[in-house]
Amino acid sequence: MLQVRSISRSFQGNKVLDDLSFHAAPGRITGFVGANGSGKTTTMRIILGVLAADAGTVTWHGVPITQQVRQRFGYMPEERGLYPKMKVAEQIVYLGRLHGLDLATARHNTAALLERLELIDRADDPVERLSMGNQQRVQICAALVHEPDLLILDEPFSGLDPLAIETVLGVLRAQAARGVPVLFSSHQLELVERLCDDLVIISGGTTAASGDRKSLRARFSTPRFELVVDGDAGWVRDVPGVEVSELDGARVVFDLPESEAESEQAQRVLQEAVRRGPVRSFGAVVPSLAEIFREVI
Amino acid sequence: MSFWGATHLVAQREINAQIRGKGLWITFALFVVGLFAAAILPGVFGDDSAPAVATFGPQATRVVAATDLEARAVADLEQAQALVRGGEVDAAVVDDPASTTGIRVIAMTQTPYQVVAALAAPPPVDLLAPDAVSDQVLFLASFAFALVFFIFGMSGVGIAQSVVTEKQTRIVEILVATIPVRALLTGKIAAYSLLVFGQVGALALLAPLALRAGDLGVLLSLIAPALGWFVPFFLLGYVLLASVWAVAGALVSRAEDLSSTTPLVTMLVMIPYLGVTFFQDNDQAMTVLSYVPFSSAVAMPVRMFAGEPQLWEPIVSLAILAATLVVAVLVAARLYTGSLLQTGARVRLRRAWSGAENPMA
Repeated sequence: MLQVRSISRSFQGNKVLDDLSFHAAPGRITGFVGANGSGKTTTMRIILGVLAADAGTVTWHGVPITQQVRQRFGYMPEERGLYPKMKVAEQIVYLGRLHGLDLATARHNTAALLERLELIDRADDPVERLSMGNQQRVQICAALVHEPDLLILDEPFSGLDPLAIETVLGVLRAQAARGVPVLFSSHQLELVERLCDDLVIISGGTTAASGDRKSLRARFSTPRFELVVDGDAGWVRDVPGVEVSELDGARVVFDLPESEAESEQAQRVLQEAVRRGPVRSFGAVVPSLAEIFREVI
Repeated sequence: MSFWGATHLVAQREINAQIRGKGLWITFALFVVGLFAAAILPGVFGDDSAPAVATFGPQATRVVAATDLEARAVADLEQAQALVRGGEVDAAVVDDPASTTGIRVIAMTQTPYQVVAALAAPPPVDLLAPDAVSDQVLFLASFAFALVFFIFGMSGVGIAQSVVTEKQTRIVEILVATIPVRALLTGKIAAYSLLVFGQVGALALLAPLALRAGDLGVLLSLIAPALGWFVPFFLLGYVLLASVWAVAGALVSRAEDLSSTTPLVTMLVMIPYLGVTFFQDNDQAMTVLSYVPFSSAVAMPVRMFAGEPQLWEPIVSLAILAATLVVAVLVAARLYTGSLLQTGARVRLRRAWSGAENPMA
């Protein structure tokens, strides 16, 4: 379990992180979401020891992180980096060994990863000769070669084509299935929504919301329904206790803000609709992550 | 993994990358070619054979016989002149009672200085306290030391390039998150130092072959004693320069910006070279240079070669160099740490110093 407690960090008097706290649990994929410049990369760098926090602690299984522990972490920085002239396999083996693997294990893991990410044919090519998408895959291999105890990825999907995105999604899920905490940042909210179990929303350098995805949704959603009828749905505006948020001819989206018994209220709207004519569809609307995001920051 | 384990891996990668690259081999090949050229070519192109002269008359014959000029006795003056005109001899030496020396030199268009010099008999000289080595050999040795230190010192720019490449490609962030920054720095310095020591060692083994090939074997026995002092000074001096080169690389973010930090290091490399070349005859200046780090690497071995200093002097100078090295490596490690993750055209020294907040350093 990775625990970040009350970390703060300023750069030249500019406070980037202010009392930020969250955790990443084993076997779960935690999405780290925030606007540009909200402090995601700084937080990740602090966890990796690349930067120091001005205040607060980062612990791993309750203990402050040492060099030995950190060496077992896997990290994919936002600004990708590999030796351009070094061969693909050789480079991954080298990074694996820096992470503490012996040569045989490093070679074995490298071969397995290259096979899995469909790069085995390019093993002996210098990295600079690969396409950007393939370089990105090599970068993922570099973060995974030592079978890390914790995986931290900064914007792992940026610059990936849809096919590569699916591959990376699969790899991250497999890592979480191994029981490893996976923390990744992204501004592609649909991907975060598809992938993550837990969510940390950072805004202005502090935690705006965190928790598992479903409970966050429940917390930030007002009961909202969508109704499509044959005729005009304008009458819904006049039902007591209903607040229409969108009305487009036959389609209406409405909230039940003060309703204690929301489903009864909703049923009453539906009965009224059926009484007036055919109903094409009716259902609860679950807010998207983007909507939650807009709401909390 | 331990600090030394990481250092070892980093050094190994650097050495592999260098050995597989062309740059190292081109430099080394140029060195070998230069060494053999310097040893052999003067002998080949030099006017080795003594000039031939025609001699006429007993006095002329006797004087020429005492020199290493190639003599051809002729029967009369006309014949001597004919040989000179025909270009078969460089000059003619004939008896001339009117001359104070009793002989006269005949040549075509220009005074044959080589012949004249050979005929001028220098008076014998007795030295009461001769120098340990001749000025020429001293000059040659100091020039050779200074040149070797200069060229290999300049090759340290490779360290700066390696550092800036890691910054530019941003792999440095992964490296810093994985191993201690100091291991990264130490590994680089170790790798380049080993490569340079290997090349110098190989050149030292080739030098005797080159000198023998050029029939200069005698020089070798003269220079060899100075090598003993040159080695430790060179080793420490090079590592000192290497740490400075590493910082020069860390202060910029792109290879194109290296030119904003390297001139200072280039100066540090040039000082011993120029200093020793210019002040060779100035004992006071050489004494100062032999204690100042950077220049001491060349100046002290040269002074030792000339036989001037007491035995404690090189030891004190080496101690100063070693102490400077320790301080320089500590300062370099801090500046390196503080600037490694900074981007921008050029990291100011003060910012690099205070930026070293890395908890791992």
